[in-house]
Amino acid sequence: MADTSTIARGGDSSPAPARGRRGSAPPRKPSGLPAWVVPYALLLPGLVVIGGLLLYPLYQMVVMSFQNVGLRQIRGVPAESVGLENYEKLLESELFWTSLRNTVVFAVVTVAFTMILGTLVGILLHNLGKKMSTFLVVGIMAAWATPAIASAIIWRWMFDAESGIINWALNALPDWFSELLFGRSDWAGEPWLNEPFTIYLVLILVVTWAGFPFIAVSVLAGLKSISAELYEAARVDGASAWRTFWKITFPLLKPVFSVLIVLSTIWNFKVFTQLFVLAGGTSNREAFNLSLYSFTQAFSAPPKMGMGAAIAVVLTLILLVITAVYVRQIVKTEDVR
Amino acid sequence: MTAVETSRRAAGARDRAHQKAGKRKRLRRYGLNAAAIAVFLFAVFPVYWMVTTAFKSSEQIFTTDFIPFPTDPTFEHVERVFTQGVAGHSIWRFLLNSAIVAIGTVLVGAVFALLGATAVARFRFRGRTSFLILLLIVQMVPAEALLIPLFLMVRRAGLYDQLLGLIVVNVALTLPFAIWMLRTFVAAVPKSLEEAAWIDGASRFTTFWRVLFPLVAPGLVATSIFSFITAWNEFVFALILINDQGSYTMPVALRFFVSQRSVDWGAIMAASTLMTIPVVIFFLLVQRRMVSGLVAGAVKG
Repeated sequence: MADTSTIARGGDSSPAPARGRRGSAPPRKPSGLPAWVVPYALLLPGLVVIGGLLLYPLYQMVVMSFQNVGLRQIRGVPAESVGLENYEKLLESELFWTSLRNTVVFAVVTVAFTMILGTLVGILLHNLGKKMSTFLVVGIMAAWATPAIASAIIWRWMFDAESGIINWALNALPDWFSELLFGRSDWAGEPWLNEPFTIYLVLILVVTWAGFPFIAVSVLAGLKSISAELYEAARVDGASAWRTFWKITFPLLKPVFSVLIVLSTIWNFKVFTQLFVLAGGTSNREAFNLSLYSFTQAFSAPPKMGMGAAIAVVLTLILLVITAVYVRQIVKTEDVR
Repeated sequence: MTAVETSRRAAGARDRAHQKAGKRKRLRRYGLNAAAIAVFLFAVFPVYWMVTTAFKSSEQIFTTDFIPFPTDPTFEHVERVFTQGVAGHSIWRFLLNSAIVAIGTVLVGAVFALLGATAVARFRFRGRTSFLILLLIVQMVPAEALLIPLFLMVRRAGLYDQLLGLIVVNVALTLPFAIWMLRTFVAAVPKSLEEAAWIDGASRFTTFWRVLFPLVAPGLVATSIFSFITAWNEFVFALILINDQGSYTMPVALRFFVSQRSVDWGAIMAASTLMTIPVVIFFLLVQRRMVSGLVAGAVKG
């Protein structure tokens, strides 16, 4: 709406040739600042914030990962360097390897689930009638919009051992079916959130539930950009839906898919809030992922912030590699030049 | 005769073929609609369950039966979170704290983002590409990685336990995406408008304020709502930067509530509902712009 009005107004007051001229210097009125300073002056507040509150702490984190930072150092005693000690301890600790495994397995499984479900729903949205598609978009928005903390709490309630609806539903299944599927039929009082394995099952469900709408809506946006004639031609040639997807949709939406996969990988690698709520804080060490492990090292007594920083460095390095792929993709498709 | 016959038969066959095709089409539509309803239920059910639990009586909550909706709706739980509240404070207090943090973040962030986006979208200068790439990379840095150094910085600055500290942190967390998103809105305003204003003798500031700003305003609103949602939902920093219970924001208060009264699901769901509603409303307002911001470029092909 707003965009159209913008174009209309622009069209009224400007001669056509003036548009589409990029990068050439317009006539400028002299003002207090020389022209070349203006963009830097405009950028200054943003640069100060990003530099001071994101880049500098990032640097600090790397420095701290080589230091011993405990309670005394938090109170102001200068921290002393311990070289690679934090990293050595980390590599020897079993907890680090379980956390790393949890992080990676969770991310891979969840990315696969969200991508598959999201893509299917995106294609579904594309094929639905207008009313039905609006109805479904509003519905999946509800899942997307629910704050992470609230969604974790809701699912925790649904998986409650005594009165949770999941255990009710599993009990309501016909016994033979339940036996066939899970090898048991009695689910009354089943505690889901005690063991790391079941905690992660629930976590995968929670994060997939919250994550697929974004994928679906993005895939839908991509599908709308593909010309309908291609699909028409495929239909006339009698191509199956499966073939149409792999021969038309997938190749054309490849850039979209790669961005989406990278984004959701990054998001799922650092999931914290949901795990923190589902695992009930920091007591269940077997259920740690790297974020929660780093958090626990740094913020539960006695604080070992150097150690926490070292874990965070490992996590960040993994994410930076994935980010490099993402940035390359964006630079290829978007003009940042 | 035969010619008529043949043509009639052909017409009949065509009709039948049409009918068959029509039938297949209808079947396909039913199938699609059924799938849509299944996905809709999967997406909406947990939210529905949260809201209905908040209004169920305690007997209907603590049961092993399935009670699809409150047959005897009660405001008991909602009332309790307002009067008794969490940790001795009414839920109002936490909603207010969250609102202060989120609105503070938006006000500061909107100004900075508008300036930054204008610089990036309107000027060509040395370091522009590097800055844009920096924006992308910075968004990917896990907030958890910044947790430890920012915690120490906030403490040293004397902002520990203060909402202002949270506002500062949230501005930093939301600014890169806000600039990234807003720059497309600024770029969409035709440059010729500003040129016309310059020729008419307007100063740079007047041009910005009278010409560019009103046209970018819708985009600024969308960006601001996004920042609002991020700040409203932010959990980890609020967890470590706030110790005093009176200064808790909603997410931290909720989690505290769950750990303290883990079985009072009616009240917990009432509080969760109160936190979720504003976000859902805002979300519906900006979702389309958000998608285009996040996958910018890639979707356009």
